[in-house]
Amino acid sequence: MGESGAESRTDGDATGGGTGVGAGRETGRETYGPTGGGAEVCVEAVGLEKVFQVRRRTGVLRRERREVRAVDGIDFTVARGEMVGFIGPNGAGKSTTIKMLTGILTPSGGRLRVAGIDPARERTRLTRRIGVVFGQRTTLWWDLPLRDSYALVRRIYRIPGERYRANLDRCVELLDLGELLDVPVRQLSLGQRMRADIAAALLHDPEVLYLDEPTIGLDVISKAQVRDFLRDLNAERGTTVLLTTHDLTDIEQLCERVIVIDHGRLMYDGALAGLHEVGESERTLVVDLERELPPIEGVPGARTVRTEGPRQWLAFPASASAAPIVARIAADHPLVDLSLREPDIEDVIARMYAQQRRPAAG
Amino acid sequence: MRRARLYFTVAGSSFRRYATYRVATAAGVFTNTVFGFIVAYTYTALWTSRPQLGGYDQAQALTFVWTGQALLAAVALIGGGAQDEIQERIRTGDVAVDLYRPVDLQLWWLAADCGRAAFHLLGRGVVPMAVGAFAFELALPSSPLTWLAFLLSTWLAVVVSFAFRYLLALSAFWLLDGSGLSTLGTLLSTFFSGMLLPLNVFPGAFGEVVRQLPWAAMLQVPADVLLEERSGAAGLAGAFGFQACWALVLLAAGRALQSAATTKVVVQGG
Amino acid sequence: MAEAERAAAPGVRDARAVRAVREAVVRARWGVRAYGFIAAMWVRSTMAYRTSFVLMVVGNLVTTLLDFLAIVIMFTHIDELGGFTLPEVAFLYATSSAAFGLADLLLGSFDRIGSRVRDGTVDTLLVRPVPVLAQVAADRFALRRVGRLLQAVLLLGWSVTALDLDWTPGRLLLVPVMVVSGAAIFGAVYVLGGAFQFWAQDAAEVQNSFTYGGTTMLQYPPTVFARELLRGVTFVVPLAFVNWLPALHVLGHDDPLRLPGWVDFASPAVAALCCVVAGLVWRAGLRGYQSTGS
Repeated sequence: MGESGAESRTDGDATGGGTGVGAGRETGRETYGPTGGGAEVCVEAVGLEKVFQVRRRTGVLRRERREVRAVDGIDFTVARGEMVGFIGPNGAGKSTTIKMLTGILTPSGGRLRVAGIDPARERTRLTRRIGVVFGQRTTLWWDLPLRDSYALVRRIYRIPGERYRANLDRCVELLDLGELLDVPVRQLSLGQRMRADIAAALLHDPEVLYLDEPTIGLDVISKAQVRDFLRDLNAERGTTVLLTTHDLTDIEQLCERVIVIDHGRLMYDGALAGLHEVGESERTLVVDLERELPPIEGVPGARTVRTEGPRQWLAFPASASAAPIVARIAADHPLVDLSLREPDIEDVIARMYAQQRRPAAG
Repeated sequence: MRRARLYFTVAGSSFRRYATYRVATAAGVFTNTVFGFIVAYTYTALWTSRPQLGGYDQAQALTFVWTGQALLAAVALIGGGAQDEIQERIRTGDVAVDLYRPVDLQLWWLAADCGRAAFHLLGRGVVPMAVGAFAFELALPSSPLTWLAFLLSTWLAVVVSFAFRYLLALSAFWLLDGSGLSTLGTLLSTFFSGMLLPLNVFPGAFGEVVRQLPWAAMLQVPADVLLEERSGAAGLAGAFGFQACWALVLLAAGRALQSAATTKVVVQGG
Repeated sequence: MAEAERAAAPGVRDARAVRAVREAVVRARWGVRAYGFIAAMWVRSTMAYRTSFVLMVVGNLVTTLLDFLAIVIMFTHIDELGGFTLPEVAFLYATSSAAFGLADLLLGSFDRIGSRVRDGTVDTLLVRPVPVLAQVAADRFALRRVGRLLQAVLLLGWSVTALDLDWTPGRLLLVPVMVVSGAAIFGAVYVLGGAFQFWAQDAAEVQNSFTYGGTTMLQYPPTVFARELLRGVTFVVPLAFVNWLPALHVLGHDDPLRLPGWVDFASPAVAALCCVVAGLVWRAGLRGYQSTGS
């Protein structure tokens, strides 16, 4: 159903190689999907649905049954070796989607294939082909030293000795786990635990790696370490990586492609740059001047949105380069320091809605 | 004064928290009732062959059974009280935060446990007792004063039980597996409180000793107050005094262990 | 063409059934192996603190002996309880405790499913290539629970020597049979209780009625209990097959329900049936979880 529906849509003015809300999805396929590039399909979802029956107490004995469409007909494909970020507000359906992709939840409708396997039907077979990292809860054994946890993972996945040692050595080196191997998992810090979890998910050479909020709560250094590792993994091994995140920097540094899900629907599928354009998102330049001055004016493409003593905030389109703006300000004003603020993901999505509503209303 | 109000608030919120576990409460009532029936039948057999055993008649013995089931959750004889939470907080290291709070850790947990016990007495005690009274002939007192004395004695039982469980919980600072010690504590509590067999049935010198141990304050004493085996001003004073003494001794021991634990956390960082 | 297909259908169906059974067997064997090495890992990690472990086993043994001490104290006042002597009650106690102890040692972690559903860690079990049942069973495997089993074996040894019985091979064989089938029946109760928690996460305690409550009841002579209760544990929750019915045969007592004689030997069949039912309900529970996620 999703297939023909997408086909019949007209090619809109898809931007940045991506497809906006209501625009045709073929562009996305041509750029990233298997049909245009000829790359091998790794994940394929057609009309994917998940409906929950929610029972709510309305009186002492009365109960109301309500249907919640957590995922409401989503189509996308991911080619082997892609890195895709799933973003969306909390409760938007992205976690439910990931749970269906890993076989934890059974879809209520639609078609799903991961590495050629139907996750709901052959969950056990699928588990050997995928790696899963939950940001909030560890898949490791809480009371066991890391080394024992890995030994268990090896036996559970029946990893041949040589391959296990090579993979473990590699992970230990790249994720800097050497000194942590004899520490029980419960004593690891959040950043250490995340690295440990990622290593555990990769020991059996999965084709697809899912990460649910892999950088949530991590400090800046741990975040950088995790991102570097994932980038290398994808580049060197060609592992397909699907991640959900709230952190736009994750997406910017890792993913060529984002999928935005909200209210159980696919809102956008394409490049990050395109998302900014669709959402007309703005970046903010925070400028510290030598002294308090009137709001900066006359910088093309930027406007001052706020001033507070010697500090001023200038907004400009996220797709534009900051360099000419900075150069212009530095030329005309006594500049002490400046920093760049990325647009907030929630903000981008909110703008996307606003834009979607506009043509409908007008 | 403000402190007292704080602890009342803690107790109140603990009461409300346990009140939200409706399914767990129903499950507990079911289990207590099933156990009540099993034990009541064995006691019936025992008291049929030896009427007046331990000074109880059959109705009193059966009342003892259902009192035990009614108090089991409130006095936390088989666990399920504050100690599980404390041990979990020690295990995860969250306890470090607790130790730096401007409230007294022991009193805070005692207040929380009293709130829990109050709910468990109502939510898990009343129904099994009613079922027991419906299915068997029990010797329940008619005087409201006896019931009042029973409530006071039950509260003291909760305090003694808490003081004992607090000691067990703090041992998690030194032991790897605190749950093993909890199991041990549970088995000691069930045997020496009279849960398995009323303590006045225990023979000779062994019986004499067992009746003076702190566990006697957790079930045997409140049950005897309810059965009017301990009555009158002197009898009740003796009962309450016995419970209060053990409460103070165990709370003091808990306090000593708590300061040792605090030192350990401060020195070793957990 | 269609005729031929129709003719071939039964054969195809048989082949499919054979394959399904073979797959189930392979899966079960892998589950048991995985259970083995996960449990072994837990044992290894507790053995790092050997003194603490030994203390716990001894503590467990002593305290479970206290449980039996309560019965001994009863017998300081009486000679018979419900027509059973102390060695006879000890025999009931030991067989019930051995069966339950074995089940508790192997599957004692099943009461944690409810809390795992609540905190979402069931998901982590679903993404590993080991049957969830095996993972849950092996989780936090605690060898210290062997204490109850030790107590049961000690008591069994004492009661067998104290009982003045003619130990025919049939009677002797019934003892291990009842312990193993009894453990399987209790194990099925654990699994059923675990599956039930997929629907009612806070109801873990209900299964205590059947596990701890069951073993307590089976430690006493059946003659002590009301007829309705005996019918309930014979026909509804077949706990009477754990030890009561075979033990009555061994001890030469009459069955208060006057059931036919062959039921004394029916424990293995009842245990197998319980395991099948528990397995099916477990699967339904897990499927329910996978479709509701809660």
